[in-house]
Amino acid sequence: MSAADVIAALSAVVPEAAYEVLDASDSALTPSILVPRAHLLATAQALQATPGLEFHAFSDVTAVDFHPDRQPRFDLVYHVVSPHRRARLRFKVRISKDEPVDSVSTVWPGAGWMEREVYDLFGIVFDGHPDLRRLMMPDDWEGHPLRKDYPVQLKKDASTFMPLQVSPEEFRANMERDRQSRPRSS
Amino acid sequence: MGLETDYEIPVLTTTVESVVQWARRSAIWPVTFGLACCAIEMMAMASSRYDISRFGAEVFRGSPRQSDLMIIAGRLSRKMAPALRRIYDQMPEPKWVISMGACASCGGVFDNYSIVQGSDQVVPIDVYIPGCPPRPEAVIYGIVQLQKKIDNSRMDQSPKARIA
Repeated sequence: MSAADVIAALSAVVPEAAYEVLDASDSALTPSILVPRAHLLATAQALQATPGLEFHAFSDVTAVDFHPDRQPRFDLVYHVVSPHRRARLRFKVRISKDEPVDSVSTVWPGAGWMEREVYDLFGIVFDGHPDLRRLMMPDDWEGHPLRKDYPVQLKKDASTFMPLQVSPEEFRANMERDRQSRPRSS
Repeated sequence: MGLETDYEIPVLTTTVESVVQWARRSAIWPVTFGLACCAIEMMAMASSRYDISRFGAEVFRGSPRQSDLMIIAGRLSRKMAPALRRIYDQMPEPKWVISMGACASCGGVFDNYSIVQGSDQVVPIDVYIPGCPPRPEAVIYGIVQLQKKIDNSRMDQSPKARIA
């Protein structure tokens, strides 16, 4: 199935979106298309549910930062697989720095972890994500390290303690519940 | 130490301090703390070809509460630093730390935001071993240097004095 075939099948379901074929060195194996940001969620649903497409497996989402050469600066790159059709597809979404993008974790639940990684390292916000927290960097980290304008050789003192994950009240309540659930030693 | 032969039975005289420090340095049990490729060399050092049991240091413990020595084997990331400090704090006194390899000692080739540029920012280090990664012989040499250091230190040295 070529990229043009995928676009034809998608346009039947999402007629208002303007898709484009992207050139790629491996386009025989993995066709690539460009998806408009506004129609990402509808496209994802169509890719998964339309007969003849049926991309049930979510492989990866990552991002590329083209700063300062290009506006909009980010490419979000999604890879999906249709296991029983033995087909792959790559689709890209172009977004600029502060634009949010719809989360596809409602369509492919496994996308949630990878979207957290992209949020952590590129600072791209996914609307509708159930739990958008940092994944790689410490919770209290500032900045998003894989952006091209990030100071890579950042000089900073190492922290020697972990921030508390629960509030003191929650901690005391947990301890009390734990104490009461234990059999009393007489 | 001295051997007294003037009596019927030969008598060995010594001080409590040298016996205690001899006992401490002859059985340095390291905590298992491999962070990267240096850990592979550390494992080679522990296995039969290099065999650190010759120096009494082969018993790698899974718990910091049973260990005397922490070998920081590999690059220490900023996210790992609090965990390293917590494990160090859980080790009973007296305790020693070896910084193994270029990354643990100064950041090595990883001059970036995610790696601690020298683990002495987090815990006090007794011996630094250079190399990328150091050969098992180098680590054994480091342990022997640590044994010499223990022999030459006072047994009642407080943890505060070691850190300062």
